[in-house]
Amino acid sequence: MSRMFPLIVEGAVTRRRGKVLVGPVDLRLEARGVTVVIGPNGAGKTSLLRMLHGIARLNEGRVQWACDEAEARERQAFVFQTPVMLRRSVRENLTYPLRISGVGRKAAEVAAEGMADKIGLSGALGRSALALSGGERQKLALGRALIREPEVLFLDEPCAALDGRAMREVEAILLAAAEGGTRLIMSTHNMGQARRLASEVVFLLGGRIHERGAAETFFDNPETPQARAFLRGDIVE
Amino acid sequence: MGDLWDGLSQAFFLLVTLDGDLVEITLRSLQVTLSALVIASVIALPLGALLAVRRFRLRRVTIAVLNALMGLPPVVVGLIVYILLSRSGPFGVMGLLFTPTAMIIAQVIIIVPLIASIAHQALRELWTEYHDLLISMNTTHVQRMKALLWDGRRALLTASLAGFGRAIGEVGAIMIVGGNIDHATRVLTTAIALETSKGDFALALALGFILIGLAIAVNFAIHWLTQTEREGRW
Repeated sequence: MSRMFPLIVEGAVTRRRGKVLVGPVDLRLEARGVTVVIGPNGAGKTSLLRMLHGIARLNEGRVQWACDEAEARERQAFVFQTPVMLRRSVRENLTYPLRISGVGRKAAEVAAEGMADKIGLSGALGRSALALSGGERQKLALGRALIREPEVLFLDEPCAALDGRAMREVEAILLAAAEGGTRLIMSTHNMGQARRLASEVVFLLGGRIHERGAAETFFDNPETPQARAFLRGDIVE
Repeated sequence: MGDLWDGLSQAFFLLVTLDGDLVEITLRSLQVTLSALVIASVIALPLGALLAVRRFRLRRVTIAVLNALMGLPPVVVGLIVYILLSRSGPFGVMGLLFTPTAMIIAQVIIIVPLIASIAHQALRELWTEYHDLLISMNTTHVQRMKALLWDGRRALLTASLAGFGRAIGEVGAIMIVGGNIDHATRVLTTAIALETSKGDFALALALGFILIGLAIAVNFAIHWLTQTEREGRW
């Protein structure tokens, strides 16, 4: 059982140059499941994930993990919408998170080979990460995030620029991680993906949580007219 | 035009016969400049990374000062180093004036701002790319700087080579602190200045061509030695 949860968010607000990006947010997340954050462009999905992860400045309120902050930072990872590749080989991208945590070179390389196998990049270990395709880059970013076995993985629209096959591969990796006990908190624009992966949905509108519920309930019977309109594909602002 | 041809043919002759004096001053030029380059790079590259990664008071002022110092007049540097190292100066007891060490010190002072400024510029862009990832990975400042220095090594090589170019062609400062003493502190640039003042333009040109060739050869050698990526593989 994770010592990080529950995650309690109270009155949390993030601003940039005086403009509220997201908040105030009140939220309590438990240790199990896949939380998918959805909403129209500019609703604050990315800002919410960044705020929870601690890479966006919190201007008001609090984000409180059950364990202490330093431990919480160590046990989570983030995958960005546009994967950031270290200008190194695939192998070095995978070993980097381990090496900075003090894992020896040999052990890190063994772990990297295992992870490359899982994400289907074992044939590309010696290649430059910059030479990978978009789908391969996203898989590498996922592998690099998962290699330290985080308890929580934040994903900001991880399949935004991927085709069907790459998306299926990424989703398979995500499901395997979730089954392995990693708590996934992700945003997506893709309602099909949200239905496939989510156990819980957070619907954001105008920087606030407009509706939240179990995935089945939300998709079958959304409570608010805005959520219903969004699911129908109407323009919601 | 005649001087140019004379210079070229004399340069060729000096090289083919491996003239003893030429070899000596060429090796001294390389020794002084490469020593200065290594010391300056050890100071300037981490400084560039620090300025890219850390936010501290006076950071902008430090960057502005470094940029301004890129145009530092070498003769002024030479004069200051001369005063510091002269017998009546604070470091006079070390007896460094008119030695290759004094020339290295002057060159280090001249090229550190240049290398640091170019390195900072390159690493700032890389830091913009890496910022969220490295913060997200909970890295320390030192780890961030190391990542930037390693992954930005090709851009940093350009910064160091710019420093090398400035140092190898430097004459004002090293003439003042080195004294252009035969078999002691004479290097290619000071020898060129000397031959020009004596009116032996052909020899001065010959040394000039050799200096240019040397600079190009070192640039090629460093590029070749540090070429870490080949056909998309590391």
